[in-house]
Amino acid sequence: MKNRSTALQITLTILPIIVSLVITAVLIMAVGSDPRAVFEKVWEGAFRDERSISQVINFWIPLTLVSMGLTVTFTAGLWNIGVEGQMMLGAVFASWVALYTTLDPILLVPLEVLMAMAGGMLWALLVGVLKTRMGVHEIFGGVALNALANVFSIYLITGPWQPPEGGSIQATPPFPEGALLPPLSDSFRVSLLALVIVGLAIVGVVLALRGTRWGLQLKATGKNPRSALLLGVPTERSSLTAFMVCGGLAGIAGSYRVLFTYGSLRPLVSGGIGFLGLLVVLLIATRALWAPFVAFAFAAILGGSTRLKIALQLDASLAGVLQGFLVLTVLLSNGLRQRLNRGRAAEPSAPTPAEALATEVAHHE
Amino acid sequence: MNEELLNILRSVVANATPLVIASLGETITERAGVVNLSLDGSIILSAMVGFVAALASNSPLVGILVAMLAGMIIALIIAVADIELKQDQIAIGFILTLLATDLATFAGQDYTRIPGPQILTTPLPVLKDVPVIGPIFFNQSILTYISYLLVFGVWFWLFRTRPGLAHRSVGERPETAFARGAKVNRLRYIYTAAGGALVGLAGAAYSLSVKPGWATPPNMQGDGWIALAIVIFGGWHPFRVVLGAYLFAGLRALSSAIQRSPDIQIPIVLLNAVPWLLMIFTLLLVSSGGIDRLVRVLPRPVQKWTRNFLRSDPPAALGTRFEPD
Repeated sequence: MKNRSTALQITLTILPIIVSLVITAVLIMAVGSDPRAVFEKVWEGAFRDERSISQVINFWIPLTLVSMGLTVTFTAGLWNIGVEGQMMLGAVFASWVALYTTLDPILLVPLEVLMAMAGGMLWALLVGVLKTRMGVHEIFGGVALNALANVFSIYLITGPWQPPEGGSIQATPPFPEGALLPPLSDSFRVSLLALVIVGLAIVGVVLALRGTRWGLQLKATGKNPRSALLLGVPTERSSLTAFMVCGGLAGIAGSYRVLFTYGSLRPLVSGGIGFLGLLVVLLIATRALWAPFVAFAFAAILGGSTRLKIALQLDASLAGVLQGFLVLTVLLSNGLRQRLNRGRAAEPSAPTPAEALATEVAHHE
Repeated sequence: MNEELLNILRSVVANATPLVIASLGETITERAGVVNLSLDGSIILSAMVGFVAALASNSPLVGILVAMLAGMIIALIIAVADIELKQDQIAIGFILTLLATDLATFAGQDYTRIPGPQILTTPLPVLKDVPVIGPIFFNQSILTYISYLLVFGVWFWLFRTRPGLAHRSVGERPETAFARGAKVNRLRYIYTAAGGALVGLAGAAYSLSVKPGWATPPNMQGDGWIALAIVIFGGWHPFRVVLGAYLFAGLRALSSAIQRSPDIQIPIVLLNAVPWLLMIFTLLLVSSGGIDRLVRVLPRPVQKWTRNFLRSDPPAALGTRFEPD
């Protein structure tokens, strides 16, 4: 019996990956291509040489930043779909500094990153206030503010910030060299500063969620806002601070896209990385420490798919298809596992997480 | 009435058709207590498969049926995940939004910007000659006529029939409905699937009529979110939902008319912000705090009327799971 159940658990862990790969392979065949060639291309595109690996890391950096931020909002029970817009506003604020400030790079780069944080926080705070004070659910506030951030950045690119040679909807003029994050080396183009910031973000979020009163209050707010409020948790403050932390990290992620990846502001500069962060967090729930690893797998798929169009005339949205099926099948198989476990034994039930948490919070006070 | 204005109003009704159909579908689903958040992706994917199926079979009808099937399948995934596998419907709906969009982009990559079958305008005899109303409402495509029938059909079903009462009670008080013998989860399956089929129909209405063909990025992207907001603005009532969809399409037409007028100097790109500002504004307006604020500044005689008109209470059990013990 014991062995059978272990085998079942392992099957249910691997099954989603196999199912997603099979569905994706069938789709690739349906559009008249060879799945093996495609998967090989994606693997090569991600891990062939220093250049492709550095490209993966350049997706991993912003993705990990937003994933850490979204772990915070998720812990507080918030659906921060507005993360894309928060990235875009961070990018806009950083671009503003990059285009119109002349300072020594030692001061300029930190100023850009700080302004990006401020921009992301501002946009996140708007979503938060719309939710807590105005009764607009954060999903709708977020979707609208994403679109508005994009409209705003396109307006800047085609209007006030257009290149002197005339308007285009492609990009602003390239930023001066000193405004950009320097790469580690010519063959391994990754920013050291960004890696340090990502490291700090990972440690900071994990510690804050585990060991601080604030983290505990977020958890309480997330599990059951009403009883949290009754237990004396300032739920509005928890929600708003969670939004701001996430917005700040998303802002930095956005600044990385303009200060390193592109070197100028472009439309939809977030490139779907914010939404991808939401998928990462749906997979890991609130286990913050897993975020960098899952983000790496997603970044590899993303980075590996960028050359599909040129090599095999296939749309790069294949990455999104594979990632989407992965997350969907993992959640469905989690549900299946719980259902099978429930059916097996009617053991005396442990206290529910909400109950356990309530006791925990009460003791902490 | 002048010809040009009639034409504008006619096109407002035509352009609102997919929004009307999608938000009625979502109303059906949410009235049973289930949220299908995947609308934006569902509409995009069903638009793509509907177009491709119509092209391959050279029959718009086949396209419509395939699109409805696609919308229904996505909705059923949410229902199964929620009811059988106890997964969060918002999470699954969000994943499906992204997945369906990417799936449509990938699988439809060879079908962009090519001509295909379209559903043509069919003026209704006699009715089309009624002054004002005729040219606006009865010189439309068959899908628009279907949308009219749906509005009254959904209203009649929900508020005038016995199974409609059970439908609403499953979304309001599932325990009570269960005690009275309703098969709560079975009904939720049925109404989620039915709502999803209408969302698929809305997708076909885009790719076969309102915005014919297929393109990347999909040109109806964003409208699914608008439809979800319209359901809230509409207070989960078919008549108000339709009013919301027409108002929305009307204001959108107005903003593009402003865009064309030479006297007004607004950068064109900024007009793309209008739908989203409108979305936030309308949701603010119907939120309980928003109504309170508005009522306070209004004269006493219209206070109660305004409150009743704007009140928008979701079905009490919306988004919750029902587990019969």
